[in-house]
Amino acid sequence: MKNIKVLGSGCARCNKLETLVRRAVEETGTDAEIEKIEDIREITPYNVMSTPALVIDEEVKVTGTVPSLDELKKLITS
Amino acid sequence: MSIDPAKDNESSRQSAMIPIIGVFVAALCWILLYTHLESLADLAVDLLPGHSRARESMHFFVYEVPKVILLLTAIVFVMGIIHTFISPERTREILAERPAGTGNALAAVLGMVTPFCSCSAVPLFIGFLQAGVPLGVTFSFLIAAPMVDGVALFLLLGMFGWRIAVTYILLGFLIAFVSGLVIERLKMEHALEEWVRELQKTPSPAAALQQDHSWRDRIREGLDSVRSIVGKVWVFIVLGVGAGSIIHGYVPREFMAGIMGEEAWWSVPAAVLLGVPMYTNIAGILPVAEALIGKGAAIGTVMAFMMSVIALSAPEMIILRKVLKPRLIAVFATIVASGIVIVGFVFNLLL
Repeated sequence: MKNIKVLGSGCARCNKLETLVRRAVEETGTDAEIEKIEDIREITPYNVMSTPALVIDEEVKVTGTVPSLDELKKLITS
Repeated sequence: MSIDPAKDNESSRQSAMIPIIGVFVAALCWILLYTHLESLADLAVDLLPGHSRARESMHFFVYEVPKVILLLTAIVFVMGIIHTFISPERTREILAERPAGTGNALAAVLGMVTPFCSCSAVPLFIGFLQAGVPLGVTFSFLIAAPMVDGVALFLLLGMFGWRIAVTYILLGFLIAFVSGLVIERLKMEHALEEWVRELQKTPSPAAALQQDHSWRDRIREGLDSVRSIVGKVWVFIVLGVGAGSIIHGYVPREFMAGIMGEEAWWSVPAAVLLGVPMYTNIAGILPVAEALIGKGAAIGTVMAFMMSVIALSAPEMIILRKVLKPRLIAVFATIVASGIVIVGFVFNLLL
């Protein structure tokens, strides 16, 4: 099972990323758990300087932008 | 994945041309529309009944709303593309270990072109400190980023001409530069939250993703920022222009000049105080500024009001509270506010 984290303290784009990630996981039928990390002290260890960020299996994949649904699907399934 | 890389390259080059042509066509339409706004607004207002005051207000509204939205769309698009060339990680690399002075100046300049959103002010702040960027330099960046950004520069240019735009930017730089230096001198490190102080100078490989951008991606990023920024800010524009058009049509000149004119020295600090709790985007505040100046308000006073609305906002301070103790927030707000008041006076004296 994959572990997917969306990092970001409640800005509009962070929520958008979370929604898109949930859709991507559902549409690709990936077995994954999705977490939303809002506490800055938990975000810090990932060394992310711009939110929203996407972390898949503890690896930072995206920072500062919201990728398109297709790109997310690729990231999640690869 | 593709078997024939050369062929793949060819087709991707072709599909890359489509967005570029699209941008070109859009730019032409934009210019056509923008240069005819005045006459279109005249036409629209002529169709409306009503007495002269209401008409004057209406004209201001009908002309100003599309004008600001058009300007903002173009600027945000261009800035969105510029932002794909500069990441906060890159900026941090440039600023790390710089001495005070040069560091503060560089930070203020980079604040103008680095993508910044107040919602990621905190991770950015921590990221800077971790890499060993001095506290004062970090503040120079944080002050410059919202206040002297490219959007502000080009909107001012489009609405007030180059003289005011350049003066605004230079004075904005000065405030960011000096405030950062002062904070550095005050040695405020103890006013960081404990866990943040422990993170200072603990460089760790940044999660900088060196994404290779094609022009197609860059244009998409530009469009994305138009969608997210203009989509969010248009409400402020309509409200701002609404307030502006009421001022334009109904507020007597003598009244405005009396409270915001050059004789009323106290109006500069008053404008700054009034601006702090207000929170809007530069695009929303400019139409108000334009109407106020049209009614005889002193330029310095209006500038001070604008700067305070943009650079000192209650929501940003609440966000920063997570990493700063109240004392440092108070120091930060006081220094920036005094800087803005001084700028307001200088503007009033010079112009």
